[in-house]
Amino acid sequence: MSIQIEVNGKKIEAFEGETILTVLKRNAIRVPTLCHMNDFIPSGACRLCVVEIVGSPKLVSSCSYPVADGMKILTNSPRVIESRKTIIELLLSNHPDDCLYCIRNNNCELQSLAKEYHVIERRINGKKNSFKLDHAGTSIVRDPEKCILCGRCVRICEETMGVSAIEYVNRGSKTVIGTTMQKGLNTSSCVNCGQCIMVCPTGALTEKNQTHLVQDALQQKNKTLVVQYAPSISVSLAEEFGMPPGTDINGLLNAALRKMGFKYVFDTTFGADLTIMEEAAELIDRITKGKILPMFTSCCPAWVKYAEEFAPDFLDNLSTCKSPQQMTGAVIKSYFAEISNLKPEEIISVSIMPCTAKKFEMQRDTMGRNGYKDVDIAITTRELIELIRLNGIDMKSIIPEITDSPMGVRSSAGKIFGATGGVMEAALRTAYKSLTGDELTNFKINAVRGFQGRKETKIKINNLEIGIAVVSGLANAALLIDEIRNGRKDIHFIEVMTCPGGCIAGGGQRIGVDRSVIEARMKSLYDIDDRETIKVSHKNPEIIELYDNYFEHPLSHKSHELLHTCYIKRDVLL
Amino acid sequence: MDTLNADKRKKIFVDLIKGNKNVEIENQLEYIKREKINKPIIYVGAGTCGLGAGAAETIIAIKDYLKNKKIDADVMEVGCIGLCAVEPIVDVQLPGKNRISFQKVSCKNVNNILDQAFSSKFSKEDVLGQIQIGKADKYAAIPDFFKLPFFEKQKRIVLKNCGLINPESIDEYIAFGGYVGLYNTLTKHSSADICDIIEKSGLRGRGGGGFPTGKKWKIALQQQNNQKYLICNADEGDPGAFMDRAAIEGDPHRLIEGMAIAAYAIGASVGYIYIRAEYPLAIARLKVAMEQARKYGLLGKNILDSKFSFELKIKMGAGAFVCGEETALINSIEGYRGMPRPRPPFPAVSGLFEKPTVINNVETFANVAEIICNGADWFSSVGTATSKGTKVFALSGKIKLTGLIEIPMGTTIRSIIFDIAGGIKNNKKFKAVQIGGPSGGCITEQNLDIPIEYESLIKVGAMMGSGGLVVMDEDNCMVDVAKFFMDFIQRESCGKCIPCREGTRRMLEILESITSKPIGGEKAALERMKGIMQLEKLATVIKDTSLCALGQSAPNPILSTLKWFREEYEEHIFERKCATHTCTELRKFRILTDACTGCTLCSKKCPTNAIIGTKKSPHFIIDEKCIGCGTCKETCNFSAIEMI
Repeated sequence: MSIQIEVNGKKIEAFEGETILTVLKRNAIRVPTLCHMNDFIPSGACRLCVVEIVGSPKLVSSCSYPVADGMKILTNSPRVIESRKTIIELLLSNHPDDCLYCIRNNNCELQSLAKEYHVIERRINGKKNSFKLDHAGTSIVRDPEKCILCGRCVRICEETMGVSAIEYVNRGSKTVIGTTMQKGLNTSSCVNCGQCIMVCPTGALTEKNQTHLVQDALQQKNKTLVVQYAPSISVSLAEEFGMPPGTDINGLLNAALRKMGFKYVFDTTFGADLTIMEEAAELIDRITKGKILPMFTSCCPAWVKYAEEFAPDFLDNLSTCKSPQQMTGAVIKSYFAEISNLKPEEIISVSIMPCTAKKFEMQRDTMGRNGYKDVDIAITTRELIELIRLNGIDMKSIIPEITDSPMGVRSSAGKIFGATGGVMEAALRTAYKSLTGDELTNFKINAVRGFQGRKETKIKINNLEIGIAVVSGLANAALLIDEIRNGRKDIHFIEVMTCPGGCIAGGGQRIGVDRSVIEARMKSLYDIDDRETIKVSHKNPEIIELYDNYFEHPLSHKSHELLHTCYIKRDVLL
Repeated sequence: MDTLNADKRKKIFVDLIKGNKNVEIENQLEYIKREKINKPIIYVGAGTCGLGAGAAETIIAIKDYLKNKKIDADVMEVGCIGLCAVEPIVDVQLPGKNRISFQKVSCKNVNNILDQAFSSKFSKEDVLGQIQIGKADKYAAIPDFFKLPFFEKQKRIVLKNCGLINPESIDEYIAFGGYVGLYNTLTKHSSADICDIIEKSGLRGRGGGGFPTGKKWKIALQQQNNQKYLICNADEGDPGAFMDRAAIEGDPHRLIEGMAIAAYAIGASVGYIYIRAEYPLAIARLKVAMEQARKYGLLGKNILDSKFSFELKIKMGAGAFVCGEETALINSIEGYRGMPRPRPPFPAVSGLFEKPTVINNVETFANVAEIICNGADWFSSVGTATSKGTKVFALSGKIKLTGLIEIPMGTTIRSIIFDIAGGIKNNKKFKAVQIGGPSGGCITEQNLDIPIEYESLIKVGAMMGSGGLVVMDEDNCMVDVAKFFMDFIQRESCGKCIPCREGTRRMLEILESITSKPIGGEKAALERMKGIMQLEKLATVIKDTSLCALGQSAPNPILSTLKWFREEYEEHIFERKCATHTCTELRKFRILTDACTGCTLCSKKCPTNAIIGTKKSPHFIIDEKCIGCGTCKETCNFSAIEMI
């Protein structure tokens, strides 16, 4: 029901049940927030969004307070401004104050707020908490001293992911976010998805930065430097360099990476096509031979770790295919090494991923052989941006280049891996062809596209009705798994992506972008799919060549050796 | 009676609740109420306070005494009568005689006391008074127990049975009129009726806020939902508060009955008692009482053959003060960390597991059955215009008689301290009373005559709170008091919202800088001054913006002491002096050169090596090193050290 409220003396329309913050946002009245997260129940922790309701004795938090007819609100009265400023100063009084040495310098919500509220003097002084850095994990580093306890990481880890690796520990001014028994992320249930980093307003959560390893590697003249980048990377960093969000800059990226010193630049999308070849074959094998179903995708390393921890009863349901990163890595150090007359140990293989969990995946025991790893260094989009800047590459003026053979050509099916539902769509295109001998008349499977946390549909192939589901956000996966545990049998193939929206919103992507940017990335991927001629993985000429020359056919002995893996039940501190 | 089988027994007592004529019970009733007894009964106050004073040893000694003297008598553990200062209290009732109450009965003087009791030759300093039993004979020259100054001005509704009946016997509770309120509720009233009665009675929440109980119940009743919950908040955490503990230990069935009535009133089928794990005796008594109530059909399915069902569960709290805040308590029951949620939505609309939930405190529930039995008018005739009924207070601090009292609303604080509690210990001068725990404030001499009422207390910058009264005398430093509460709050803050978590800690640091040793010269003085300038601003912001009542009231102890004892603050700040010598760092010591023999003892004992001097010649204290601990003064054998 429509009601009227008055904000700063101006009448505004609102609807019953809305919070004050929602109404203010709609009317372009900015109120600062630190703990607020869209689509989450308000927690009311930071108190920065306080506003004054005329006649109410105390200030109220606009994020949680519902509007009422005739309510008179002041959003920037001196009382409100002074309160917000004091809260910011209180936070700063227990903050390390080392902005210049912080990875989030110039991209920090606390820093911006301090500037916005004109904090230019240290009015509040006192003891600061001292905590140890938690860098025990493979992917994420926690610095509790920089933490302002907004609780966003705790909530996304619990509510979106169902992982609960971190939680508030201790009381009062000694409160800190910690892992179970404060043992560090490595022994916790953390799946390394990095979504906590994405929501962290300060530098308390960062990826385990490995740009220095890349810099060192680039100096090793006796090694061959090879780099691959994931399907979503080329559409995820345009805005950083002043281009419209979502712009596909894959040509520029190739050029930049070569300028940096990489000898070969490959596209992980090729690996995605390879994954589809293997995964579609595995799906058909499972369905036609009556093996264990439903089959889950396994290209998301955070999901794989989650399954090992929370759903060990489903490990046989996980596709044995390695992820595109690892397949590409394996081919680099086998087929590519052979045709280039290189020994695997002479190659340093770097991957650029939208993901922090890839840093964990690359160091798993099964991801290499004879003492070398498929991938040597995995860095995120953010680290890539750092490297571009560090190496003085002007993205605006370089000339686009193409990727290298034999892993440079890709289908657009591999490219849409970057969005939730993409793996499913790509796999079905190839599975359909394998089972029927014909290509799909319409490659677009709209039912699996879009941002919803769970998408389900049925696809008819020959006389076979295949039930498919696509979930993103591990909490959604947990619900689906429970349904299957409780006897649901109509689903055969399930794609799971840990990050809501898929890799375009991955934990290694740029921090602080809003929803419209993610949407632009998704649109860009599907535009590529519309635009390009090779829309299915099995028509990728380099894939065909690779099978002809090396793997023979999907699920061959050699592909099992190089492209497939296995999973183990994982005990972690819960 | 004891020989009856369980079913028969249940029928008899349920008949008693229902008011059915039953010959068997009528003959026995006087025995159950112990108006008639066949053998002596010895009652021992064995609440937590009594046990702390040594009641357990006393009981052993009493049993030994009876064995040695071959006396056949019953020994019964009862709850706290309220006079905690003179525990262990032992009452002796001989057949046909009044019950006589003895104070401070330790295992060492048990024999003497029981000799007195059995011979009826009393020594005045041991006897508290006599309690009238039916029409039994009075002992001569022994005061009436309830006419003692401590009790005379009390009116006991909630504590009616405490210390008198056996808390582990449902039969006794029923014999004294228990569960009739519940029966009347189920048979004579609709849910809306009960809400009306409670609203009309004027009962307000006894946990601190003072929200009208009937109104809260009505909101919950009006919610359309197939599941509602009722919660009893027994997470008593204020320093100096022990009302709920004593009420549960002394009379657990009163709480259960009150909750069952409330559940009926709002339509709740499940209730929780959220009680701190540090109250093991209260939990044990509750468990016994709940089991008994279940056996008699007073809890569980179809209570007293009605269609109403109510299941009660105990949830133990892990000791976080903030879990007394209702939304944090809900989080805790749900299995989450005890951190408050923003309100609205209020629990009565969306609370436990997002269902309508009513949360009341122990004392609130304990009033309910009496109101139903005696009517709203009876209850509202007690108290003042805005605050009806009685209030239980836990008295502690520098008064002669510490303990638990229940007084009609409207009683003055002066009357509580000087009439009931006997005034200030050691004839010191009264300074202030802290009411309402860490969220409350101080009341000084000039406001001692205000009546105990929700509104009047707020007017003077204090609050009713849950009922802790801490009395302070001239030896208490008010800055130190503020520091104590601030330290408590900053440790017990849940850590969720910024103003409370960071702000209370900064306020504590400012207080610490005021009370710590003057070091660092002018710059430090400037910092101190800046801090003090911050205090009031911080207090305002914390009050204005904190998420829950804990934070919103956190600055109260500072604001209140600052308001009434500003000169004490100024003395600490400007003169660097603490008149009561409580703040040790501000104390200064001097060695009298005439008296010092140079024995070197003080210099050896000084923890900071602040005393120098050579053997056999007068020593000196280096002020910069001295921390004011006073060890030197204590050790000096020649009274050569004085405090200045």
